[in-house]
Amino acid sequence: MTTSTIPDPSTRYRRTGMRGMNTEMLSWLFMRASGVLLVFLVFGHLFVNLWLGEGVQRIDFAFVAGKWTSPFWQTWDLLMLWLGLIHGGNGVRTIINDYAHRSTPRLVLKALLYAAVLITIVLGTLVIFTFDPCPVGADPDLLPSICQS
Amino acid sequence: MASAQSGTLYRGREGMWSWVAHRISGMLIFLFLLVHVLDTALVRVSPEAYNEVIGHYKLVVFGLGEIGLVGAILFHALNGLRIILVDFWSQGTKRQRLLFWVVVALWVVLMAGFVPRQLMHMFGA
Repeated sequence: MTTSTIPDPSTRYRRTGMRGMNTEMLSWLFMRASGVLLVFLVFGHLFVNLWLGEGVQRIDFAFVAGKWTSPFWQTWDLLMLWLGLIHGGNGVRTIINDYAHRSTPRLVLKALLYAAVLITIVLGTLVIFTFDPCPVGADPDLLPSICQS
Repeated sequence: MASAQSGTLYRGREGMWSWVAHRISGMLIFLFLLVHVLDTALVRVSPEAYNEVIGHYKLVVFGLGEIGLVGAILFHALNGLRIILVDFWSQGTKRQRLLFWVVVALWVVLMAGFVPRQLMHMFGA
């Protein structure tokens, strides 16, 4: 019979052997940092797009074009796109890790998730940077007022 | 790792239900975000295509959906700030239950502001 050793009660309990910075720690920190920024970005987005003026009723091509001719809203929406998708993608990754127990479905779900996040970020970024508020040949009634000069 | 077999419930009550609501609201917001980037991407197709699709957001059924979406976003945002307080504020774990009810109260106040405004926009009052 071996004598059991009792650890020094002042040593801190460690759930894992990991110490210091590691990717899960960075992911945890990122969720909190991006979360705070997203509260401001998303509340601002909802206030301007759903609260002010006629709310959702006034949203059309000219409205979006009016916003994206300003670098301020381009930067706002770009930040919201990247932070929102990485924050949301990381959250769904956690959900998949929690509920998909068998490794094959887990890998497939995560591959689908990463593909969806990557495609949406690339698409959204291209849209913001290649957007033309006055496309050639479009009905002038649908364009913002800046196109008339 | 916790599982359905070994039990994923931790004591129930405010701590657990806020976690459940945080997951469900987060999942809904993420799915909407994917759709929302796609519909906005139609501005690169043509003004007509964008206006056609975004016009659906102005229908009554979508207007009600937007109330649900804003409700999910407001809860997720406020409860996210609560989680940050629980993690970083020295009193956070002790006061997590009170913080949950603060989240609920702020959510009710913000929704009481937003819902009438949204209904006004929807029905052109």
